[in-house]
Amino acid sequence: MNLDDYRRAARAWLRDNAPAGETPPEDAIPHAKHFMARLYDAGYSGITWPARWGGQGLTQAEERAFAAEARHFSLPTYVFSIGLGMTGPTLVDRGSDEQRERFVRPLLRGEEIWCQLFSEPGAGSDVAALQTRAVRDGDRWIVNGQKVWTSVAQHADWGLLLTRTNPEAPKHRGLTMFVVGMRDPGVTVRPLKDMTGRAHFNEVFFDEVAVPDAHRVGEVDDGWSVAVTTLLHERLSISAGVGMGRAKDDPTSLEALRRTADTSDPLVRDDLVELHIRTRALALFNQRLAQEAEAGLFPGARGSAAKLLLAELTLFEADLATRLAGPSAVVGTRDGAGAGPLAHAISLAPAMSLGGGTNEIMRNIIGERVLGLPPGPRVDKTVPFKDLKVGTQG
Amino acid sequence: MRLVLTPEQRELREAVRSFLAAAAPPAKARDGYDPAVHARLNGELGLSGLIVPEEYGGAGAGMAELAVALEETGAALLPGPFLATAFAALALTRAPDKELLTGVAEGRLTATLALPVVPDGLTARAEGGGVTLRGTLPQVLSGAEADVLLAALPGAPAADGSGAPGESSAGGSGAPGESAADGPVLVAVDLGGPGVTRVPLETLDLTRGQTRVELDGAPARVLGRLGAEGAAAVADLVAVALAAEQLGVLRASLDAIVAYAKIRVTFGRFIGSYQGVKHKLADMHCKLEQAESVVRHAAWTADEDPAELPHAAALAQAYVGRACFEVARDHLLLHGGVGFTWEHDAHLFYKRAKADEVLLGPPRVHRARLAALMEAGEPASTEAAGEPAPREA
Ligand SMILES: Cc1cc2nc3c(=O)[nH]c(=O)nc-3n(C[C@H](O)[C@H](O)[C@H](O)COP(=O)(O)OP(=O)(O)OC[C@H]3O[C@@H](n4cnc5c(N)ncnc54)[C@H](O)[C@@H]3O)c2cc1C
Repeated sequence: MNLDDYRRAARAWLRDNAPAGETPPEDAIPHAKHFMARLYDAGYSGITWPARWGGQGLTQAEERAFAAEARHFSLPTYVFSIGLGMTGPTLVDRGSDEQRERFVRPLLRGEEIWCQLFSEPGAGSDVAALQTRAVRDGDRWIVNGQKVWTSVAQHADWGLLLTRTNPEAPKHRGLTMFVVGMRDPGVTVRPLKDMTGRAHFNEVFFDEVAVPDAHRVGEVDDGWSVAVTTLLHERLSISAGVGMGRAKDDPTSLEALRRTADTSDPLVRDDLVELHIRTRALALFNQRLAQEAEAGLFPGARGSAAKLLLAELTLFEADLATRLAGPSAVVGTRDGAGAGPLAHAISLAPAMSLGGGTNEIMRNIIGERVLGLPPGPRVDKTVPFKDLKVGTQG
Repeated sequence: MRLVLTPEQRELREAVRSFLAAAAPPAKARDGYDPAVHARLNGELGLSGLIVPEEYGGAGAGMAELAVALEETGAALLPGPFLATAFAALALTRAPDKELLTGVAEGRLTATLALPVVPDGLTARAEGGGVTLRGTLPQVLSGAEADVLLAALPGAPAADGSGAPGESSAGGSGAPGESAADGPVLVAVDLGGPGVTRVPLETLDLTRGQTRVELDGAPARVLGRLGAEGAAAVADLVAVALAAEQLGVLRASLDAIVAYAKIRVTFGRFIGSYQGVKHKLADMHCKLEQAESVVRHAAWTADEDPAELPHAAALAQAYVGRACFEVARDHLLLHGGVGFTWEHDAHLFYKRAKADEVLLGPPRVHRARLAALMEAGEPASTEAAGEPAPREA
């Protein structure tokens, strides 16, 4: 099938199958799972993933064609975004064949929801400073510790879990990655209300949780290299908007602002032009990265530039939208919808600059990995982890 | 839409880059125009004929290739009339003239284009078999080095000089008299000929000159009709070509300061290890990535999607012009005191970046144009949202 036909078929499928209107919150998960299954059965989930593990084995061209059509709809794929963008690609790259066989297809079909268990209260940017312990016990591991900021953990069936297995080694060399069952005994998930008032992320506690060695991803004490794979995918997928389902009726989008703002005011016009320039420049950069990937050039750390630009654009557009609207931006009626869509947007905007690595961390990565600048002095690379200062002190 | 270079375009880039590294490094830029380098650029690499159609002896390449070449000449701060000649060649693609095109293709002839494409203040009179021009063009790019000046008149010159086309302001719309009815025409003036006085100007940019050109009955040759659409297209092509040069200036500025940040030590550490420096460089890199994407897109559009060109060209100037100056500025600042010295090259980039940013008018004109185009329903909303437009194959 040529690309035009592919695109036409995708458009037709979306027209017939994309959900119309809002789903009541209590039905959201079953509804999303049902949609994902149909998406998969139609061949639109895992478009570029290897066919052997349940993907479609197609190219970025088809993926982008589908994404372009999907933008006209609000697809309920949010709860799958961690699996599709981060943990799934990590398993495809680094998992054992048994793990790929077991996990990838149900992930793509939306039968199982995934979360990423990296950050801890004392380890976010410096995630290799984490303290959750896994201790070997025959052919299984016993896990104790706490994770935090874990998106969609309250819905998840599986988590990709980074643990410390060797505190005697320097911090990057004593970590091991596992797949953990989120409903296993000893796993407790507590939703955390975020600044928007919703609870999309969680605290997750591990109390004597047993994980089979068959669920180890990569070698013992080599979890950092697996985590780096995940983080690379994370930045790329965030910047490319995988599964983010940016609502077609986003009130901060240029299209929305053009409808609502007074475009005869020269100051407003200039603001909108600025938003347009930034949006367009980033969109073209993302397209260029995708074309390079298609040509076999892996963007690697350059994905951090796209992630940083998107984080800044997200702050800018919510900030601009509220400034253009004026007083009405910050109030709503008491009908349960909160303070209104712009208030929600300005509350949500910081998330993009924090999740997936902060803007400062992105700048460090660009500086050191892309431009090859010297690192700052570090005391933490050679010292045994147990002798390091980590987390919040004093 | 194609945003990455083809293998042939990469080869072209390597060829131009290595030639310039040897023959015209930025350090030589302050010595000004070197006709010998210009001749070799055209002789060995055939660069001035790059976009000249094959039937006139050129390579018949597109804007994508020209952009690759201009990025390199920009990075080298190449002095002289290369960019001006490219502008003129772009105009000639819209009103082909055998003599001029073959001259440019063979590297015999350098040329420049009056800016804006339809300049104010020129009057033309049809006399005998020819046309003569009067008026002053206050700033002609590389006017001292160019052999030929091209300019667009709002309409065909009238026999008696009345209804002087030059009295209308832009694009020929509303130009008085019948003469302007079919829109702008392109004319050529021999800058070494009679009736031409060239007054060199003191320029901020030490590497490329501008000249006041006074025309007092200078004989001109009518090359052909551009029409309003053609004149607008030439202006857009010029905007894209300039953005390609700006991309090169931006890239070279960033490369220079990244290299310096890896060797300059303060307080016992390389300055590039300080986040105050590192993070600024990271932001400059982000600008480079976006600028390159915007330029590749604009060049592709010029070659393949003329309907989208006005928008892509305005975007290219609005984004790349600013980004280029900001990066050149910060690259200078991050050099410390030495960046402020006459000796150091940093100010050459800074000054070229500023001169380029205002070359086609105050930068707000590009932003105003974007606003107008958005109002007219541009661009295709799927593309603005970050995804390829349906027409992409
Ligand atoms: C909405 C959201 C969703 C998230 N989802 C998940 C998830 O699903 N799974 C998961 O594992 N994590 C998740 N996170 C956690 C996220 O990755 C961390 O919050 C983030 O990496 C920052 O870590 P921290 O909170 O510990 O802040 P810190 O690391 O303590 O940072 C504090 C400040 O110091 C700065 N800083 C830190 N180190 C440096 C440095 N070397 N140079 C310069 N500045 C520095 C930071 O930029 C920041 O401004 C999520 C976070 C958010 C906000």
